[in-house]
This record gives sequence, structure tokens and C-alpha cells, in this order.
Amino acid sequence: MQCETVSLQLAEFVDGDSNLSLETGRHVEACLRCQAELAQYRKLLRALTMLRDQYVTTDASILDELLDALRPVASVHRIHRLHHRNKKAAYVGGIAAAATATAAAGAFVIASRLAGRQRLAG
Amino acid sequence: MESEKFDQLIEEAREGDHRAFESLVRQTYADTYTLAFRLVGNEEDARDVVQETYLRAHKGIQKFRGDAQLSTWLHRITANCASTFLGRRGRDRHEQLQDETDVVDDHPQRDPAQRADLGDLRSHLVEALMHLPPKLRAVVVLRDIYDMSHQSIAEQLDITESAAKVRLHRARKRLRERLYPLNDEGDLEGGADEEDARAM
Repeated sequence: MQCETVSLQLAEFVDGDSNLSLETGRHVEACLRCQAELAQYRKLLRALTMLRDQYVTTDASILDELLDALRPVASVHRIHRLHHRNKKAAYVGGIAAAATATAAAGAFVIASRLAGRQRLAG
Repeated sequence: MESEKFDQLIEEAREGDHRAFESLVRQTYADTYTLAFRLVGNEEDARDVVQETYLRAHKGIQKFRGDAQLSTWLHRITANCASTFLGRRGRDRHEQLQDETDVVDDHPQRDPAQRADLGDLRSHLVEALMHLPPKLRAVVVLRDIYDMSHQSIAEQLDITESAAKVRLHRARKRLRERLYPLNDEGDLEGGADEEDARAM
């Protein structure tokens, strides 16, 4: 087996994404060059993982730019929310008004009927 | 306690509190910018990607369910924005986005034994990452630095999972070749590497 054939498999094997075939495994066990290459991949992965906590520095203007860009969106969002809230309030108010009107009409009908009965009885 | 405050901010932002969202931006922008920079490779483009990321995050924060960390969610959005951005840039500058673009080693004379130290390796690694073609760089950054799953990478970059894996392995191979160039005899140098090899 050629070391070149093994090389790309090592890049895949190094973080446990795949297993080496029996033949490749035997080759690596016997080949110092491939062992060193695998060790290099492991070191590379460790170094990459360590970059996670390393921030790229930038000037503070990026934050101001970001907040400036978000403000108009937030205003539009607020207007939508207010509009939505007003619509909701109008809807609830409408239902309440309709319910009150119905109740008043019902009370009026009942009162009229009672008055009619009293007149007949009198 | 810090975590509780952060969760509280997320909840308030979800309910439409813009100040809470701004606080989240203040606390996360450095991380988001770092990822964007690593993906697109320069400051100006990274700023555009970060801005687009937070605009999308603002729009979608109500849908953020909290089953993933906010940082993970932001990383996904950043990866997606960067991918869109690179796709657009690629239409203007085709040659930069080819998978097969050769990575030229500008410093073949460097002796790996002199930079066996991980700290040193790290600085060379940052440089080597920037020499990768953007498509390869995106995958190795998301997988090996930000620990994103193959599935998630494939989704955000709009490629298949197997394509993501192939790019990852190619990227790792190129990085290794750049950081540990072969010497004239074809042997690999560096006592530390042989130590590592023995510890396998």
C-alpha cells in the first residue's frame, strides 16, 4: 500500500469520522511516515480547536454600525407591533361593544314584555 | 447567574424588547465577527456579513426556541450569510472560489521543528487558513473550530453532507501540507511529531 493512498484517509480518520480499513491500519502501524503524518493531523486539530477562544480584533466602530443598522428595523418592528396591538384592541373593543349592545337590547325586550304583561293583568 | 441574565435577555428580545436585543448584540458581536472574518477572509466583507447576520437574527429571534445555544444559532446564521455572500462574490470573481485553486506555500524553507510549539503553530495556522480557497476554509472553520455537525454545515452552505466531508478532508490535507512541508529526503521533520507518533 502506498503512503499517498493512506494520506487522505488519515485526514478523515483523525477526528473519528471513519475507521481505517484493516489493510490501512496495518500499513500505518508499520510506516513511520504515516504515523508522523497522523500525529501532525492530530496536532493540527488541537490547534484548530484552540482557535475557538481566540477572537479576531476589530475596532469598536463595528458595534456602532451594527446598532445603527438595527435601529430602523426595530422602529418598523415597533410600528408593526403597535399596529397589531391596536388592531387587537379594536377587535376586542368591537366584540365588547357588540356584546353590550346585545345585552342592552335583550334587557329592553324583556322589560317591554314584562310591562305588557303587567298592563294586561291590570 | 450570568447565564440566567443572558436567558432573561433572550426572552425579552423574543418578546420584542429592542434594548434586550441590543444587549445581546453587544455580548455576542465579537464572536460573530470572528467567525465571519474567518469565513470570508477580510474585514470589510466580514462587517457586511455580521450586519446581515444580526438583521436576520432580529427578524427571527421570535422563532428561536432555545433548544440550541444562542451562539450556535448565531453561528448557523453567520455561516449561511457568509455562504450567500461568497456565492455572490464568486459570481464576480470566479477564480477565488474554485475548489481546486492551488494553495501556494510561500515559505517552503520553514523548518517545522522550529515551530513545534502549539502557540507558534497557531499563528501559522491562522495564516494557512487564509490561504485556503473560501469553500474549503468555510468547512474546516465550521467543523474543526466551531464544532458544527456535518449535517448543519451542509445545510448552511447548501451542499450535500458528503460534499462537506470531502471538502473538510481536502482542507485538512492542505493545511497539514502547508504547515509541515516535506524536506528534500521526503521525510517529515520534527522531534515532537515523532514523539506524537510513538504515543499513537
